[in-house]
Amino acid sequence: MKNLLAAASLLAALIGPAVSPAAAEDAFKIGLILPMTGPSQSTGKQINAAVKLFMQQNGDEVAGRKVEIILRDDAGVADTTRRVAQELVVKDHVSVLAGFGLTPLALATAPIATQAKVPMVVMAAATSVITEKSPFIVRTAQVMPQVASTMGTWTAGQGIKKVVTIVTDYGPGIDAETWFVKNFQAAGGEIQSSLRVPLANPDFAPFLQRVRDAQPDAVFVFTPSGQGAAFIKQFIERGLDKSGIRLIALGDVTDDDQLNAMGDATLGVVTAGPYSAAHPGAVNAKFVAAFKAANSDLRPNFMAVFGYDGMQAIYDAIKKTNGKGDGSALIEAMKGAAWESPRGPMQIDAKTRDIIQDVYLRKVEKKDGELYNIEFGSVPKVRDPAKPE
Amino acid sequence: MLTNLFDGLAYGMLLFVMACGLSVTLGLMNLINLAHGAFAMAGGYVTAVLVNRLGVPFFAALPLAFVASALIGLVLERTLYVHVYRKSHLEQVLFSIGLVFMAMSGVSYLVGSEQQFIKLPAFLANRYEVLGVSIGAYRLLIIGVCGVLALVLQLAVARTRFGAQLRAAVDDPVVARGLGIHVDLVFAATFAVGSGLAGLGGALGAEILGLDPTFPVKYMVYFLIVVAVGGSAGMTGPLVAAVLLGVADVAGKYYAPQFGAFIIYALMIVILLWRPQGLFAKAGGR
Repeated sequence: MKNLLAAASLLAALIGPAVSPAAAEDAFKIGLILPMTGPSQSTGKQINAAVKLFMQQNGDEVAGRKVEIILRDDAGVADTTRRVAQELVVKDHVSVLAGFGLTPLALATAPIATQAKVPMVVMAAATSVITEKSPFIVRTAQVMPQVASTMGTWTAGQGIKKVVTIVTDYGPGIDAETWFVKNFQAAGGEIQSSLRVPLANPDFAPFLQRVRDAQPDAVFVFTPSGQGAAFIKQFIERGLDKSGIRLIALGDVTDDDQLNAMGDATLGVVTAGPYSAAHPGAVNAKFVAAFKAANSDLRPNFMAVFGYDGMQAIYDAIKKTNGKGDGSALIEAMKGAAWESPRGPMQIDAKTRDIIQDVYLRKVEKKDGELYNIEFGSVPKVRDPAKPE
Repeated sequence: MLTNLFDGLAYGMLLFVMACGLSVTLGLMNLINLAHGAFAMAGGYVTAVLVNRLGVPFFAALPLAFVASALIGLVLERTLYVHVYRKSHLEQVLFSIGLVFMAMSGVSYLVGSEQQFIKLPAFLANRYEVLGVSIGAYRLLIIGVCGVLALVLQLAVARTRFGAQLRAAVDDPVVARGLGIHVDLVFAATFAVGSGLAGLGGALGAEILGLDPTFPVKYMVYFLIVVAVGGSAGMTGPLVAAVLLGVADVAGKYYAPQFGAFIIYALMIVILLWRPQGLFAKAGGR
């Protein structure tokens, strides 16, 4: 009797997975993995809010299928991301994995996407190499070399000859340094020194002192959002602004989510980035207003738009495949997709599955008593220069 | 060069104020309290909330940060720590690391996990050029406050009656009790003052070190290095160790940025190989 029971349960276990894909037909499940706690909490909060907003605006039914979000927290720890992704694929039978707040989290999950043939929509992580780790990865965020190279070329065009670079010593930071330097030098600029700051860095003082002593025309900075404020404050405190050294950075440093808390020290900082909450145009105005209304006046930052666009990519792919596509069909549908995003026109590169978007040059200014990154120039349709055409 | 020395000194002083409480509990009371950084964080957050949300002036918020952290320290000592004094080191580690995680989650829940920026009075952002040395007002303030504190602490431990009782209670609690010293009271007061100082350090350091819920974990290693390198005799050891570490860290990042974060660990290894008991160890110390 006992053996019979065991055999029956074994049989059930074997049949189980075979049956459930059919059951999963009714709902199109998206496994959303975000750092909802831990140091990158703000990324998770912004993306989750944007995903909710998108579904509220576009409905939760596409091509006859109900879309269901399964949100999981990985606290920014790669082991957890991988485990959660595995559970979502095996137990919940999700059709798409999305989210991924940091580069290591996306890299840890890539093999699962490949093996399970489940599309993986990267909504935040920005290191170039990610999309090459699995043919099932699509990115709707930004690519570090895309913005850094744009900044390099622009800087050289401003009559700035000598630059010291300071980046945080991890994947995106090194990408940023490499591509800024490459384009700046190609345009005739001189790099005096390239400093890398440890990720868990208590104090920028020694690095800034080096900048002060080197007396460059400008200092180029990339830090993950959150550390930018400390950097800019110490930059001012050390009197570097008064000694005629210009501060140029990537958009992460003057993150919209934190800009007001960072204070007036940020005024005049020039950055290159894919999105500003002050981006002109009706699409963005509508997005910002709806986002603020739904989230007790929280200002959307670039992460929110990356998440919003990620949902757009998924919805469009479901429509294109009439709600019947498997992982491979969904990825095929996403390749080459283009739409008008709050950040402007954007497109998924059909070949690299990475993002092609306009990169904007912005300056921090005061508007209606609040600090914003105000756009003053743009470079259209920038692709990831680190990948062959 | 001298500017680096100055920055390093400010950084070291900050480390000292935050770590000196740990040096007493760990070095003298023989309690491994990995949650020490949580008290520093508490001080930082108290200041951030007072200054940014309630509009309390920065200089009024500093003593309040001390008092608040000291009170938290006192309550936890009386209710929780008192049970682990006599337990094994492993249990103390597990207990205090648990406290750290609870503190981190608690702060994330209450305030959020983003970086906090304390609004400072404008004059603290000034900068002076003295004999070619560029001196920041805020760092000058840190050196001043922490220097005075170091002096007061040294005198309190070495010269006062309370200091003598503390040293006696640490050396031999049984005999100290026999002599009529309220050992528990002395320990509780010491723990509270140590926590309060950590809180003050956290409040002063938020501007330079940053303040977010991972603070206790991020700086735990630095505090432990200060205590290990400094040794457990009085306040001089941790002070010298903290300043040494501060200067070495800043100078290392300036002159050899590619080794940046590694310098202080190398320094610690060298010093501990040379003097395993720390720089200033008392004879027969634990």
